[in-house]
Amino acid sequence: MEFDVKERFVIEPKESPKLVVDKLNFYYGEKRALKDISFKIPEKKVTALIGPSGCGKTTLLRCFNRMHDLYPGNRYEGKILLDGENILEKNYDLIKLRSRIGMVFQKPTAFPMSIFDNVAYGLRLKGIKNKGELKDRVEKALKDAALWDEVKDRLKDPASGLSGGQQQRLCIARAIAVEPEVLLFDEPTSALDPISTAKIEELVVSFRDRLTIVIVTHNMQQAARVSDYTAFMYLGELIEFNKTEEMFITPKVKLTEDYITGRFG
Amino acid sequence: MKKDFLLDWGFGKLAFLGALLILVILLSLFVVLYKESSLAIHTFGVWKFITSKVWNPPMEKFGGAPAIFGTIVSTVISILIAVPVAIGIAIFLTEISPYPLRTPVGVAVELLAAIPSIIYGMWGLFFFAPFMRDKLQPIIHATLGKLPLIGHWFSGYTPGIGLLTASIVLSIMILPFTAAIARDSFNMVPPILKESAYALGATKWDVMKDVVIPYAKLGVIGGIILSLGRALGETMAVTFVMGNQPVIPTSLLEPATSITVTLANEFTEADTNLYLSSLFYLALILFVMSFFVIVIGKFLFLKKVER
Repeated sequence: MEFDVKERFVIEPKESPKLVVDKLNFYYGEKRALKDISFKIPEKKVTALIGPSGCGKTTLLRCFNRMHDLYPGNRYEGKILLDGENILEKNYDLIKLRSRIGMVFQKPTAFPMSIFDNVAYGLRLKGIKNKGELKDRVEKALKDAALWDEVKDRLKDPASGLSGGQQQRLCIARAIAVEPEVLLFDEPTSALDPISTAKIEELVVSFRDRLTIVIVTHNMQQAARVSDYTAFMYLGELIEFNKTEEMFITPKVKLTEDYITGRFG
Repeated sequence: MKKDFLLDWGFGKLAFLGALLILVILLSLFVVLYKESSLAIHTFGVWKFITSKVWNPPMEKFGGAPAIFGTIVSTVISILIAVPVAIGIAIFLTEISPYPLRTPVGVAVELLAAIPSIIYGMWGLFFFAPFMRDKLQPIIHATLGKLPLIGHWFSGYTPGIGLLTASIVLSIMILPFTAAIARDSFNMVPPILKESAYALGATKWDVMKDVVIPYAKLGVIGGIILSLGRALGETMAVTFVMGNQPVIPTSLLEPATSITVTLANEFTEADTNLYLSSLFYLALILFVMSFFVIVIGKFLFLKKVER
């Protein structure tokens, strides 16, 4: 598809920025997957990343917690500032970064341990050993993830016994138990049925005032329902970044309009 | 329609016959071993044969205890040595090793697993046994030999051939096999599961211990059981370095024997019916032992899979 390479529209949100992406380029080996991306993700808002498959939205999301560092040949250029600190520095403490920026994946990823231990996992990694504190924080996280009532009588059971939707809420509880400042969602409902999807979306909305949320979704209705800001990406580039309602009512770039009206994708 | 049905029916029956063949072979192995050993079973009984330490062909006295002892002890020691090292190799290959090293080292491990066991035996006899005698034996005397209670298991001066040498050669032989299976089980862990542990701030060690090993546990146990089966029945590698002395040694450094070693060495010398029958009796015992190891393994294994 041909498009006008010059046409871009990126606003500066009025809220204070939590993450500042500054001329970010990302390479899988020789392949340049992200091209000169610059925008600001506002604090305590939900920002959605949308775009067709292969546009780089998940690649961008995985830059925020340096997930790409797990595999060889990946390379970042440019900056991502978290509260003004460049997290792409070579010797940046990734363990600390990942306890500040949590992540929920496409598929439920319950660990092979009990429900309680799953939620307590991140807390134990942080060195919290006190039984009472663990118990309180696990309970709070499960309540926040709207899972408490369903699992409170079987916290010792293996997490693998939960349904897919419950497991995904367990993963959310596990991520928020460590009280991260930013929570990344990578297509969190792509493996779930509509009812479970609705529950996850409710959770995302309920966290809005507490955390900065970045959510990747291939579902534009979902982006419209849960997010405050939306970034539209195409072929590794950021095409448009705007308030969600404005982007979906009056897209500024022709390409964005073509995408959200379903002309391609 | 009719033709499709016939084809399906015929194929089903053919597959069934193939499966049946396995049962027939298994049964015929057992029947032959039992028939051939019946003379020895009648002469010595079961418990007496298993516990009798005398193996004296000229006197027509045959007891299985030394061979059974050698088989069990060499298998247990080789597993004790091989399993931790194999798991270490597998961890290194899946999580720690730099990427360019993973394939060459992995291929080397698989190649080692494919080397015929007689080559391990020759290497054991011509290189490892002298090495054991000249270099390791003094070290073992000075360290393990000084331990209270079990010190005498590591005493005595020998030409380097013996139970411990055989166990070590055996452990080296099953090591690559165990390591390859453990690595394959570790590689089966979905990347997304490991990523979600890393995403919570876990270190490589945390991910290994909390996610990879628990997830891959069943595969690793399965690998250990298969290795156990291999070690039990392994003949050539141990025949060279065991020493073939039909006694229960007081020290692991001394020469001993095992069921497979006895069978490999003595069939040509078995000049009486009772001698031959006693060898078949040993083979029957090994058959039953291997059978039970696999059955117990599968039972434990399957039970855990259900959980």
